[in-house]
Amino acid sequence: MKYRHTKQIALLVAVILAAVASRFSGSINPYYLQVILFIGINVTLATSLNLINGYTGQFSLGHAGFMAIGAYASAYLSTEKSAGIFQALGGANAFSIALIFALVLLGGGIAAALAGLIVGVPSLRLKGDYLAIVTLGFGEIIRVLIQNTDAVGGPRGYSGIAGYTTLFWTYAVAALTIYVVLSMVDSTYGRGFLTVRDDEVAAESVGINTTRYKVTAFVLGAFFAGVAGGLYAHTTTYINPSGFDFQLSIQIVIMVILGGMGSTAGVAFAAVLLTLLLEYLRFVAGYEWLPDLVRRIASNRMIIFSLVLIALMLLRPQGLFGALPRMAGGRKTPKSQPGPTIATP
Amino acid sequence: MALLLELKQCTVQFGGLTAVSKFDLQVDENDLCGLIGPNGAGKTTIFNIITGVYRPTSGSITFEGKPIAGLKPNAIAGRGIARTFQNIRLFPTLTVFDNVRAAFNLRLKHRLAHALLRIPAFYREENDVARQVRELLDIFDLNRFAHLRCGNLSYGDQRRMEIVRALATKPELLLLDEPAAGMNPREKEQLMELIKFVKKKYEIAVLLVEHDMKVVMGICERIAVLDYGIKIAEGSPHEVRANPKVIEAYLGQETPAPAL
Repeated sequence: MKYRHTKQIALLVAVILAAVASRFSGSINPYYLQVILFIGINVTLATSLNLINGYTGQFSLGHAGFMAIGAYASAYLSTEKSAGIFQALGGANAFSIALIFALVLLGGGIAAALAGLIVGVPSLRLKGDYLAIVTLGFGEIIRVLIQNTDAVGGPRGYSGIAGYTTLFWTYAVAALTIYVVLSMVDSTYGRGFLTVRDDEVAAESVGINTTRYKVTAFVLGAFFAGVAGGLYAHTTTYINPSGFDFQLSIQIVIMVILGGMGSTAGVAFAAVLLTLLLEYLRFVAGYEWLPDLVRRIASNRMIIFSLVLIALMLLRPQGLFGALPRMAGGRKTPKSQPGPTIATP
Repeated sequence: MALLLELKQCTVQFGGLTAVSKFDLQVDENDLCGLIGPNGAGKTTIFNIITGVYRPTSGSITFEGKPIAGLKPNAIAGRGIARTFQNIRLFPTLTVFDNVRAAFNLRLKHRLAHALLRIPAFYREENDVARQVRELLDIFDLNRFAHLRCGNLSYGDQRRMEIVRALATKPELLLLDEPAAGMNPREKEQLMELIKFVKKKYEIAVLLVEHDMKVVMGICERIAVLDYGIKIAEGSPHEVRANPKVIEAYLGQETPAPAL
């Protein structure tokens, strides 16, 4: 097996491309620009969730919660705590903004990673549906806590966040997330995540510390969700706790399932596709020549989402890019047929 | 021969049920020891306490002189005890190559940070692991399946795969839980050859649980017989076969035919 530096080169190229594209962002229609930013943020969210749900097989429904923590933490840091750094660097210039935004995103990611650690611990004892419910509850707790924290605006939301997010930051983070997930999984160490998904008992029997892998998956997944939250907050410049409800978690899960659990390329593709679909539905809802019923369905995204998901489960249960043959009819276990030969060496 | 594994007065209780009672067992280095007994005698439970799946209610287990009772299964695998399962447990979505590669996780020097940074040391170690996996697959004639998903292998090959994966952890002691289950007579012959080969090539001790008397009697140097969680006999295949208690456990007591 040969190892080349393809992944690092791809990461570098992606970051440079993002930087170049960022130069021209001024000439893009602001609405389109925002959609493009949302696409990048959703790619980050979906690929990071894919590490937890797809590769490690832990069904988490709490990604919106991690994102909310990252969004609020970074918004708070950049709004309240950055004045001193700006002063030290001689006011707001390109360099000081870049430095502060990097730190702020990191802060949001770390805050979310800590939350991931806290949620990772119960996940050690819970499986499947039970874990899904716990993570769902966790996400809601975060939302309610924020709603009742006056320092960040409570139910009124947090406004006046600087619009630091650019094409560069969004796509550099998306590229980094994809790089981290892919390079990790493609290693002897990273194969451990897949063994946890496949068979925990067998994984333990060959010396894999499943506990550590699960917590690592949660912490890393949450970290990138937190960074994505920071990007989101500095895109919209206004965040509201109700924006991070469990519908958002479900949306991210749908991206993962649509793309194919455990396929980073598929999940990133699905994130792009679904973000575009959601935006396009806004226009569909506004087309007056369409029948009223169609427009109403279009204006309610969840109906479309559900339909997409049902169609997918019927037609391609392993997801668009997924290669797992076992999601449809349960695990594919070979029947105990007598094998042809057991060759002795 | 030096003592490798020692179980002393091990008892396992599940609520009111005593699955294993005051069980003693010694396995020496390079030993090939069999554990037999009727269904529900507690054989797999003994495997499970050795490998850390259960903790014995009382008694001690030492491996290479150090106590291992209560350690987690992955830690016990790290000490040098590998096992296979009664119902095959491979990683079905991973390839044959990756199934074996995963078992090298235990001995990795470089972990998360190296996988992310991909420094030269990372590639060196990965190449080293890949080479060892290939070697192992070659020895067991599985290399031609290296990039097949494990779930697609035949039953016999899957059984063999499980043994190969266990060997990849570089154990001192290999526990085989009913390796011959579901095999036809020819496959059983080949399995016996395989076990003998593994033991000789890797100089490890093997402890196996098996129902098939032909297999057990054919390869084991020493056999312990379990009935209702109690060890009723231990000795060479010949001794065990002649032991009246064993005959009773398997065939029942001789009683006069009931009058019609």
